Amino acid sequence: MKSRYSIFSLARNALNYHKDWERAWRSPAPKAEYDAVIVGAGGHGLATAYYLAKNHKMTNIAILEKGWLGGGNTGRNTTIIRSNYLQDSSIAIYELARSLYEGLSQDLNYNVMFSPRGVLMLCQTEHELRAFKRTAHANRLAGLDCRMITAKEVKEIVPIINDDPNCRYPILGAYYQPRGGTGRHDAVAWGYARGADSLGVDVIQNCEVTNIMRDGGKVVGLETTRGVIKTKKVGVVTAGNVSPLMQTAGIRMPIESLCLQALVSEPIKPVIDCVVMANTVHGYISQSDKGELVIGGGTDPYNNYSQRGSFPSLEHTVTALVETFPIISRLRMLRLWGGIVDMTGDRSPIISKTDVEGLYVNCGWGTGGFKAIPGSGFVFADTMANDRPHPIAEPFGLNRFAEGRLIDESVAAAVAH
Amino acid sequence: MSNKPYRLLEGGSRIDRSKRVTISFDGRQLPAFAGDTVASAVMANGSKLFGRSFKYHRPRGVVGLGSEEMNALVGVGDGARHEPNLRATQVEVFDGLHAVSQNRWPSLTFDVGALNSRFSRFLPGGFYYKTFMWPQSFWKHVYEPLIRKAAGLGRAPEGRDPDTYEHIHVHCDVLVVGGGLAGLTAAKAACASGLKVMLADENPELGGIADLTAGSIDGACVGDHAKAVAGQLYAAENVHVLNRATVVGHWHHNYLMIFERVADHDPALLAAGTPRHRLWKVRAKQVILATGAIERPITFANNDRPGIMLATAASAMVERYGVSPGVNGIVFTNNDNAYLTALGLKKVGIGVRIVDSRARAEGSLIARAISEGIEVSMGSVVSAVEGSQGVTAARIAAYRRGQGRVITERKIDCDFIAMSGGFNPALHLWCHNAGKIKFDENLQSFRPDRHHDAMQAVGAANGTMDVAATLAEAHAAGVAAAKAANGKAKAVKYKVPEVKEPTRAPLESLWFAPATGKYNEGNKHFVDFQNDVTAADLELAQREGYESVEHTKRYTTFGMATDQGKTSNLNGLGVLAEATGKSIPEIGVTTFRPPYTPFSFGSIAGVLTKNLFLPIRRTPIHQWHLDSGATFEPIGQWRRAYTYTGAGETKHTSINREILSVRQKVGLLDASTLGKIEIKGPDAAEFLDRMYTNTFSTLKAGKCRYGLMMNELGFLTDDGVTVRLAEDHFLMHTTSGGADRIAAWLEEWLQTEWTQYRVFVTPVTEQWAQFAIAGPRARNVLAKLGADFDISHEAFPHMSFKEGKLGGYPVRVFRISFSGEQSYEVATPANMGRGLWNAILEAGQELGIEPYGTEALHVLRAEKGFIVIGDETDGTTTPIDVGLEGLISKKKADFIGKRSLEQSFLKAPNRKQLVGLLTEVPTDVLPDGAYAVRALKDKPPMEMTGQVTSSYHSPTLERSIAMALIENGRARMGETLTFPIDGNKVIRAKIVDPVFYDKEGARQNA
Amino acid sequence: MLLVHCPVCGAEGDETDFHGGGQAHVRRPATHDPVNVSDEAQRDYLFIRHNAKGLHFERWRCDRGCGKWFHAARDTVTMEFKAYYGITELPPRELMEQATGEWAGYFKDKLK
Repeated sequence: MKSRYSIFSLARNALNYHKDWERAWRSPAPKAEYDAVIVGAGGHGLATAYYLAKNHKMTNIAILEKGWLGGGNTGRNTTIIRSNYLQDSSIAIYELARSLYEGLSQDLNYNVMFSPRGVLMLCQTEHELRAFKRTAHANRLAGLDCRMITAKEVKEIVPIINDDPNCRYPILGAYYQPRGGTGRHDAVAWGYARGADSLGVDVIQNCEVTNIMRDGGKVVGLETTRGVIKTKKVGVVTAGNVSPLMQTAGIRMPIESLCLQALVSEPIKPVIDCVVMANTVHGYISQSDKGELVIGGGTDPYNNYSQRGSFPSLEHTVTALVETFPIISRLRMLRLWGGIVDMTGDRSPIISKTDVEGLYVNCGWGTGGFKAIPGSGFVFADTMANDRPHPIAEPFGLNRFAEGRLIDESVAAAVAH
Repeated sequence: MSNKPYRLLEGGSRIDRSKRVTISFDGRQLPAFAGDTVASAVMANGSKLFGRSFKYHRPRGVVGLGSEEMNALVGVGDGARHEPNLRATQVEVFDGLHAVSQNRWPSLTFDVGALNSRFSRFLPGGFYYKTFMWPQSFWKHVYEPLIRKAAGLGRAPEGRDPDTYEHIHVHCDVLVVGGGLAGLTAAKAACASGLKVMLADENPELGGIADLTAGSIDGACVGDHAKAVAGQLYAAENVHVLNRATVVGHWHHNYLMIFERVADHDPALLAAGTPRHRLWKVRAKQVILATGAIERPITFANNDRPGIMLATAASAMVERYGVSPGVNGIVFTNNDNAYLTALGLKKVGIGVRIVDSRARAEGSLIARAISEGIEVSMGSVVSAVEGSQGVTAARIAAYRRGQGRVITERKIDCDFIAMSGGFNPALHLWCHNAGKIKFDENLQSFRPDRHHDAMQAVGAANGTMDVAATLAEAHAAGVAAAKAANGKAKAVKYKVPEVKEPTRAPLESLWFAPATGKYNEGNKHFVDFQNDVTAADLELAQREGYESVEHTKRYTTFGMATDQGKTSNLNGLGVLAEATGKSIPEIGVTTFRPPYTPFSFGSIAGVLTKNLFLPIRRTPIHQWHLDSGATFEPIGQWRRAYTYTGAGETKHTSINREILSVRQKVGLLDASTLGKIEIKGPDAAEFLDRMYTNTFSTLKAGKCRYGLMMNELGFLTDDGVTVRLAEDHFLMHTTSGGADRIAAWLEEWLQTEWTQYRVFVTPVTEQWAQFAIAGPRARNVLAKLGADFDISHEAFPHMSFKEGKLGGYPVRVFRISFSGEQSYEVATPANMGRGLWNAILEAGQELGIEPYGTEALHVLRAEKGFIVIGDETDGTTTPIDVGLEGLISKKKADFIGKRSLEQSFLKAPNRKQLVGLLTEVPTDVLPDGAYAVRALKDKPPMEMTGQVTSSYHSPTLERSIAMALIENGRARMGETLTFPIDGNKVIRAKIVDPVFYDKEGARQNA
Repeated sequence: MLLVHCPVCGAEGDETDFHGGGQAHVRRPATHDPVNVSDEAQRDYLFIRHNAKGLHFERWRCDRGCGKWFHAARDTVTMEFKAYYGITELPPRELMEQATGEWAGYFKDKLK
């Protein structure tokens, strides 16, 4: 068991010039065999490993990462956390995740800085207003704490917003989830890694899986850059790179890997205290604790594994936000980056068993995965441990594509994730 | 504050002593000269304190020379023109410039936030991950607000930016980035080919640091040589030189962006209407990077005190601005270059001594320094600095390479330190698009290796630090680029210049200059100045398992400040390498991301703000709508008249008036936005049979048919009436928002799947103005206008088409109805639209014609149970769901979406079906999107059974009506549903047929 | 910002002048046999994609130029275009030979 983090441990270590801090996680060599192996140490994978150990007492397990843990989309997203989706199955998993986020720092004994500062989704056309009103009715009956607010209330919450009623897309109101917000993305990965490690999980970095080994329709192990690892249960949680890996097990995925970009401004004193999403013009914005405006937009329209995007989509986003928040015109872009998002045909994720016994897959989170991490890990761990879909995971099975049972949020509510 | 004269009596190549200007800094008026920067002007006035650091709020001064500056950040300008976080070393002064320091309260010299510094021992890297967790609610309400207030550097401007920005798109053969000696030489070589060359440089003057470089070229000093070449390039017709223009990023296929600060340095330019910034979007066939190198600070105890600068920056203060960094200083170095700084300082009478960490070194600059009487301490380091808001003394200690702590120190009084830890090639642009780099032992830094794009690096950017080698390599690169850009480039005559330059001893890495104590025992050896990241923080991160350099970076925030690690990155890697016993390449580098330096969001938006932000499409009748009191609603890019509210009316009453006018008399609707696509060719009918769910090959010429379109998933995407104009010629109407999408959709299938069809698809939406004349008196209006075709019901029944003249205007008339009334849609060429509109109004006046808007239209269609794509459908709705199964052909073997309707979920029982709803209380109007529940409970969650898709007050029926998608709805006619509405209100409504009015269709067939 | 070349009209322009149309050579089963399309075949047609990391084959449209659809071979890691070819054509033989993974399987028959 690790020594706990607290204000007292901080003070105690300060007196000793911080010489006695333990490693947050070990750096073990892979063992020859595990009861289960998670491939991909991003947020979803780490959360899966943590809940497998914590909830299902599976501690002889490993999580393999080809690079550094949390280095994919977990460490490069805009950290928005909300659950106000339209479809029942989406609400279930994102609300599970959001509620787990509320107590995550205490559960992990690692401050993930979940900041329920409120998420505001602007209504800038009549159509959008209608769509959000529908979502609001559905969410209210589902028990979510969300509400429509007026343009005047929007202005009170976000004073820097352009409230000119004659602008191109005037603010007609907003859909507000006061208990949505942001978190510190790296800390989520690190907290889960430390938590899993302390329960005995081997977190193994710089170990790339090159082949999923099968024998008669069953998983028997993994070939990795650090040798063969035997196991009968494999959970693939490799985000943008899921298609090539699943192909080694003979499974073709309904996934395309696209580039999604985000950017931050130079830090400034606080000007915006919540998350604002403007879906009509494809932009969202919040302000980090360091003071940077964190801005995201839409995906580039073609396959891209380079983690480098194209400028036009971001240019569109920035232009829209300059129009929506005119003071940002004189602020400056500090850094711009891209990630590989795996998009499914209905833009909803896959949490599923597969036709190969012992092989499970959790992917397709597209542009909205960060907010789901705790819920995704929770239900995927349960699915793997019991070899049947957790009820919340069931709608997200791979079989939905043959049945036409799509979960399409974007067409239903005109909302990006 | 000091009364020492920091402005030297003479010298300063950049300033014009005949032009005096006054600026203010934190409200204090300061005299300066034209050509000064805010950094030089403030320092000339004896102040070294510019701002406070991010975390500990430590006092900070100027460190750098230009864009690499991380400490001296200032806010410039007032109100809506305020701009935060500018590097004082880059801000050129003008008379009346207002600058303020940042991140301090209440004042720069007395800052309450500096308390953090007192407690810094309790705030190691990543401390916030370990605390602030109790109680749970405190993060949001207590800890986070405090942290946010303390962080953040400058403040945002107030109000809308009054200035303008623009974009320029250009192609060029060769883009040279950086106008120092290397860039100038490369550009000149490329220029000689006659090709189109661009040279972009981030500074106000070309030359880079040629003026601070030792040696001579063909007998002239390096600076003069550079000046002469610059003159030739300015004069060359095929070279476009951009000053104050930073190449901020390199993207796929040699796409680069140049951020030009056009008018920041001169408000007169702004006043004259120039844009403030300009963003150049350049597609270059060849790119030559001559971005130079950035000097490394040295990591020693309290190396952040104001008065500690990079050696090159100290030289620049003297040479360029005639400003002395102090009266008595120390040059602390691990390489020969800083000796030039010492010599320059000595020359103008500033006291200086040299501390060199190398045990021994032999080079001509070192020999010269010694011969000029400068005291040189080899094998020594600065181990500590005294003073807080400035330097008062330094401690010097003997040092052997790799030594962890020093034993004995000497105290030396001084008021500034110029430091040089070597140079890092500026690799940013090389790496933006994944160029490969390699570690160079001589430089103790990374340099370019390979690149898959047409890009070369030359000079210091390539790790080439000698003048002669730079000239040779830059010239060769210019010639090679020109040749590659255009095989026919002219051969260039070139005489190898005669170069004299000092011999240099090799640099010896010094990643960490030790103090008497261990570095993790209280001393602050800053690696990242702005973010207050120390060597101890980096070491702690390693020890705690944040081993990947990306983890270290993110855990400690090193390299994440506004300079993005320009000066800190490699020093951090060096510290990590020493802490772990690994080599720097084994530690690895973090990813370089655009931009090279921050650039304004305003420049990214360019002119596309306010009225130009996304174009609006207007119909030919738009002005009339405006003049007639219309309010508008956006439909796609269009603006459509929503309702015409007259004097004494509300929107509600005007909408009701418009509806009743259509039902009782006649109304006129501008339907020009309706999508119109002509489809022509021998296979047009067969093609339409593929696209629509229903059949069009059986439609007779001159007749109209309503069609439904699905996507391949089996979901409705569009609907509209298509007319067969002739055997091989159709006119398709689409929804207003769908016109472009559907035209592209048809093209795609035609070109990629059914390539054998001989069909042309031509979108003609904007070619036609189109109006609906609807109501029991519609035909009378046509009669009054005068038609040259038979308008009788028998000759021109519902769902048929005529072409001819109406009131003298050439028209296509479709007898189709979305209101359920007798209705004619009249189309005329767009340029005649307004004339015909007026003629119709005039003809209809005595019949009581009134224009109606989109909201009246929507109520009219809802009364008739007609669906609107996007209201009754949401992208998961099939034709069967909305009760239009009859429009799905059973005979056609294949059409778009047919097969997907067979997927099990699309045939599942209990799918939501379109029904009508009548509320129990007729005055209750169900809210749009309200959900019915299976069973009412005291509180959520409640299971839902369907939702309202459209809901209106119907003035025709004098009660509310609604349409809804309800699970298995068509089998539940007569059942009463329960809708829990906000505020605990419950509305009950009965399921009915969705056609509320004139079920037989008698009115439209009248 | 990709630089795209239209093999039909010869225009060369930024990616914003073109429209990326997703994976090439996706077979629509109902066009060939409208009656016998299994749920799995329909799923594969609608959703399953090669998603190649490296050499990939795509459809593009010359949106602001001639309006024609065409095929392109592109590396999804370096983003380099390797070839452009007609919308009814197969890629150049050497690229079919270089193809890996799912694409290699697809082109195997075509190379005979």
